[in-house]
This record gives sequence, structure tokens and C-alpha cells, in this order.
Amino acid sequence: MSAIVEEHSNHGTPKGLQRWLFTTNHKDIGTLYLLFSLTMFLIGGAMAMVIRAELFQPGLQLVDPHFFNQMTTVHGLIMVFGAVMPAFTGLANWMIPMMIGAPDMALPRMNNWSFWILPFAFAILLMSLFLEGGGPAFGWTFYAPLSTTYSNDNTAFFVFSVHIMGISSIMGAINVIVTIVNLRAPGMTWMKLPLFVWTWLITAFLLIAVMPVLAGAVTMVLTDKFFGTSFFDAAGGGDPVMFQHIFWFFGHPEVYIMILPAFGIISTIVPTFSRKKLFGYASMVYATASIALLSFVVWAHHMFTTGMPLAGELFFMYATMLISVPTGVKVFNWVATMWRGAISFEVPMLFSIAFIVLFTIGGFSGLMLAITPADFQYHDTYFVVAHFHYVLVTGAVFSIMAAAYYWLPKWTGNMFDIKLAKLHFWLSLVSVNVLFFPMHFVGLAGMPRRIPDYALQFADFNAIISIGGFAFGLSQLLFVAVVYKCAKGGEQVPGKVWDGAEGLEWEVPSPAPYHTFSTPPEVK
Amino acid sequence: MQHGRLLRKLLLLTLGMFAFAFALVPLYDVFCDVTGLNGKPSMKVAEQSEAIIDSRQVEVSFTTHSQGHAPFKVDAAQHFVSVQPGKLTDVKFIAKNISDSDRILQAIPSVSPGKAAKYLHKMACFCFDQQPMKGKEEVEFVLRFYVDTELPDDVEELTLSYTLFDITERVSQTQNVQLGQLVALKEF
Repeated sequence: MSAIVEEHSNHGTPKGLQRWLFTTNHKDIGTLYLLFSLTMFLIGGAMAMVIRAELFQPGLQLVDPHFFNQMTTVHGLIMVFGAVMPAFTGLANWMIPMMIGAPDMALPRMNNWSFWILPFAFAILLMSLFLEGGGPAFGWTFYAPLSTTYSNDNTAFFVFSVHIMGISSIMGAINVIVTIVNLRAPGMTWMKLPLFVWTWLITAFLLIAVMPVLAGAVTMVLTDKFFGTSFFDAAGGGDPVMFQHIFWFFGHPEVYIMILPAFGIISTIVPTFSRKKLFGYASMVYATASIALLSFVVWAHHMFTTGMPLAGELFFMYATMLISVPTGVKVFNWVATMWRGAISFEVPMLFSIAFIVLFTIGGFSGLMLAITPADFQYHDTYFVVAHFHYVLVTGAVFSIMAAAYYWLPKWTGNMFDIKLAKLHFWLSLVSVNVLFFPMHFVGLAGMPRRIPDYALQFADFNAIISIGGFAFGLSQLLFVAVVYKCAKGGEQVPGKVWDGAEGLEWEVPSPAPYHTFSTPPEVK
Repeated sequence: MQHGRLLRKLLLLTLGMFAFAFALVPLYDVFCDVTGLNGKPSMKVAEQSEAIIDSRQVEVSFTTHSQGHAPFKVDAAQHFVSVQPGKLTDVKFIAKNISDSDRILQAIPSVSPGKAAKYLHKMACFCFDQQPMKGKEEVEFVLRFYVDTELPDDVEELTLSYTLFDITERVSQTQNVQLGQLVALKEF
């Protein structure tokens, strides 16, 4: 095999646009995914700014309610499917082959496809915003009958774009699994896999298990809306509550798809800057697997107020609370890793520590929401918004930032502007809490989510939240600046960028050559 | 490398999960049927009961409501009846199309408490069929039902609720039939 790869590396890289369009190189595709995700993050962020600008004051100021609904819907869709998931796929493409000593992903041509259909999916989705009647306005969860009876005909574009996104992530997941199963370097046994690889392997199985279910759900919405079926229409013998069951059967594993790779990243970074081995490696692997398995039996905790019988409410309450056990194992393991370590606070470590603290806050509000009787009050309020933004922004997004700062020197060969990066971290940390923490209070006080106007007593808190929102949004431009500067130049870094770092990716030079591990390394 | 074999297995798993999404639809109905979770009673004509329990009285009440802007008004002649399990009872419903145009009514029954749903048997119900009605037309429907003798003891009263849907557009869209024809057909 090494002969083939060597021959391949001699043909020279195509230049210009063609290099990126036809590339089958895992590093190129990883870069494409990451840049795409950053673009989507900024677009979705701009939509969040529109939402926060409208909510800055009570009353209707800037946008009409229908447009507001499109903003909340498309913000959610873009951040979930356009920003967080492609960012993790990009990291997987870049890092998994280098971490397991493989020359590339196992299915490079499919890899090219799984990236290049994504821009089309989001072009379709964003384009629908400009069509007559506007884009999807039924929330990212597209509950029937909002998405069937009460939506406009542009819903077809939404459905097709979700189909394409789904196909893309399924192909990405298949590639990850085949790569990890077949291309590990000799001696890289299962229990020697870096945790990022482990978490991604499990995530990939989750993706294959639930993305097709999402595809089924949108297909049913499509046929209900345009072809006269009645999956979700009671008048035709269907059941709108069934939509929620099918959606959340996808939706709950989906939230773990967005957090398990984050666990892998944090488990990689914390040992590096604590200069200790990760505490409880095996328990981390088992905890990840049990979170993934449990994620299939908790979906109805999103539906406590739909009129489930008591037995159902109790089952889903206890099953949900059970998930906090393996999650707690992880948090304690990270803390134990830091315990008595020689900690230094480089930028990736700052983001990781912020992740551990703030993700845990999001986990606690999740536990509160899991309590069925309490959930009846919290349901559909800003408390829920606060909860899932703590786990997704200060959780998933912070972990992606940490990963970017951790591996950026390896990718570019240059150290990033540390001062600017630290400024980015501190501004983000403060503003993200100004943005999301008060949401807990307005939520508990009863402010409903997805509403463009609110009662006067929430005015002060909303003004504070909006200021935090603008500050957080603008701070992310610093991240763009750091990445741009780092790609352009900077202090040269050695192969092993960080003192305490371990893993095969640090044994290749920085920047990582176009082809790495053409001859598999021996892992002891 | 045996990428191909693993790839095929994973693709098969993907297709399987796509099929599973659709399998969830009948599974959901079966699950609800067995557990009686969502109060959906059977939409089929029931067999007559063989036994009647004289010693027990169950109170059955009736409510109706229009979904959205469905232009129908349906009222039970008696809002509640007291019945013996197993005994057939007829209840009259007066239905009116309050719009000026011809519309098709579909009533969807639901029983509360949910676990009682499978013990309410209907031998005749206007909900079994689509009901085309002319503008301003008033019709009398008869519901013939009995409560199963196996009804759990802790259920002393139950409510049969009808949600009224205007399915005129849905029918003309899917079956491509003129509404006038349907109304005419009914008059034969």
C-alpha cells in the first residue's frame, strides 16, 4: 500500500479551485468542512443577532413576527446542521487518520462527495428565505401540523435541504467507521485509541442510527403536505403527537451527536496541559458508550406536556436522570485529571476549563428539566433556551474553539496570536454568560420562547441578554482574525507543539505534510 | 482491505433505519392499541356484546369541538347517558353545516380516560365515514355503542369526544372528485 501512496504523492497537487473541488485528501476536506462550518456559524450568528435586536425592547420594532419565526427556525437549523456537526466532521477528517496512523480516510472519494453536497443543502435552505412567502418558520423541530397544514409551499425546499444534509452526515459517519475499524496502525488496539477517536466512532454509529429516521420524518412531512398522506393528520387517521415521537427519537440522540466528540476533545486537551495521563481512560470509553445507548430511551422527555400517562412520564424522567451518571463520570474524570497536575493555562486549556464548568451548568439545568412536574412549568420557556445554549454554545462550540486552538499550529505550522486569542476567550466567556445566564431567570418567570414580543416585566433582563448577545457575536470576529493571521504566518512551531501532548499527530512535522503515515507507524 | 464489506453493512444499516422510521407508524398504533395510551378508540364496526352486567352503571358523556375553522356544529341530544356494560345504547347527534357551501365532515373520536378507549365499542357511528353536507344542511346521526363488560372497575365515567374536521380540500385534492358528486351520491 505504501508504494501506491508514494506514487500518488508524486503527481503533484492540483492548483487553484480544482484542488479543493476534486480533492480526496483528508486534510483538504477537513479544512473545507471547518471553513464551511465557520461561515455557517457566522451566518447563523447573524440571525441570532436579528433575534436579539428584536427582543432588545418589548413590542415589535425591527422585523415582523413571520420573519422573526424564520430567523429562530433557520438559526437553529444552521447552527445544528451547518455549524456544529460539520465542524466535528472537519475535525474528524483532519485528526482521525493522523491519530490512528492511517494515510487517509478509508473512502476518500465518498469523503469528497459528503462535503461538496453540503453547500448545496444550505444554499437551498438560505435561498428559501428570499422566496415569496419566506423560508421555514415552524421552528427547527418542524412539528406537525405547523410544518404540514400551516406552512407554505417553500417547505419542499426545507425538506430537500434536510435530506441532503442527512445524506452528507451519513456518508461522513460511514467513512469514519470504516477508517477506524480498518485503518488503525499496527499495535493500535481498541483500548489504545485516543478518546477523540473513540467518541467519534460512537457518534458515527449514532448518526447512522438516527439520521435516516430524520430523513423519514421529513419525507412524511413532505408527503403529508403535498401528496395527501395523513401520517400526522388526525382527520385522515394519523396522529400529530406521533410526529413528536419520531422527531425526538432522532432528536435526542442528535444532541449527543453534538456533544460526544466534544467530550473527546476535552479528554485530549485536559491531560496535555495538566501534564498527566487522562484519569480513568476505560471508564471514559464505557461512559461514552452508555450515554449513546441511553440516548435512545429518553426521547419523550421533550414531550412531558403532550399528555402522556403517568407510567410514561416516570419512565422517561428516571431514564433521563440516569444519563447524568455516565456524564458525571466524565466530569469527575476531567477534574481528577487536573488534580495535582502541573497545569498551564494555554488558550485551548482555557476553553476546556470553561467547557467543564459551563457544560456542567447546562447539565444541571437539564436535570431540572428532567423532573416531570417541574418541566410542566419550564416547558417552552427561556429556561429551556438557556439550558440548551449552555450545552451547545459553552459546550459544543467552546470545545470546537478549544480544538481549533489546540490543533491550529499543527495545521498551519504557525503559532496563533496568543494575545488576540486570549482576548477572544475572555470576551467570549464573559459575554456568553451575560447572554445566556439571565435567560434562566426570565424563563423561570414565565417568558415563552420563540415569541417576538414579551411582557414588560422582562424588559430589563432582555436588554442585558441582547447586549451579551451582541458582545458574544462580535467577539467571534476575533476568532476569524486569529485563524486568518495564523494561516498567513506567525512564529514557527515544532512537530510537538505542546509539551505535554501525546499522540501520533505530534510525531509528524508542523505543518502536517500533505500525506502523512504513508508507511504505518508501529504503536507500542 | 475489506472496506467494501463493512461499507455494505453500514449502508444496509442506514436503509434499515430509514425503513424503521416508517415502521414506527404502525408500531406507534399497535403500541397505543395495546396500552391504550392515547385514547384512540377503534374505527371499526364492533360485534354485539354477549353479556350485560345489570349491577353496574357507567356514565358516558359526549362532547364535540371543531378543529380550526371547520364550519360544523354537532351536538349530542343527550350530553350524558348512564349505561350498563354490554347494553346497546343509541344516542342522537344533530349535525349542521353552518357555512353556505358544500363541505365534507370527518369526525375523529377520542376517549378519556385513555385506558378506557378499547372498552368503548361502536356498532354505528358517523365517524366511520366521511359525511358530505350541503350548505346550511342539518342532519341527524345515530351513534350506537356499548361499554365492554371487561371495563376496569376504577373507571366510573368516561367521555367520548369528537373532533370535527373539514376535509373538503383534502378529499377533492386526493380523490379528484367533485364535491357535488359526493353530495349527490349520498342522496341516492
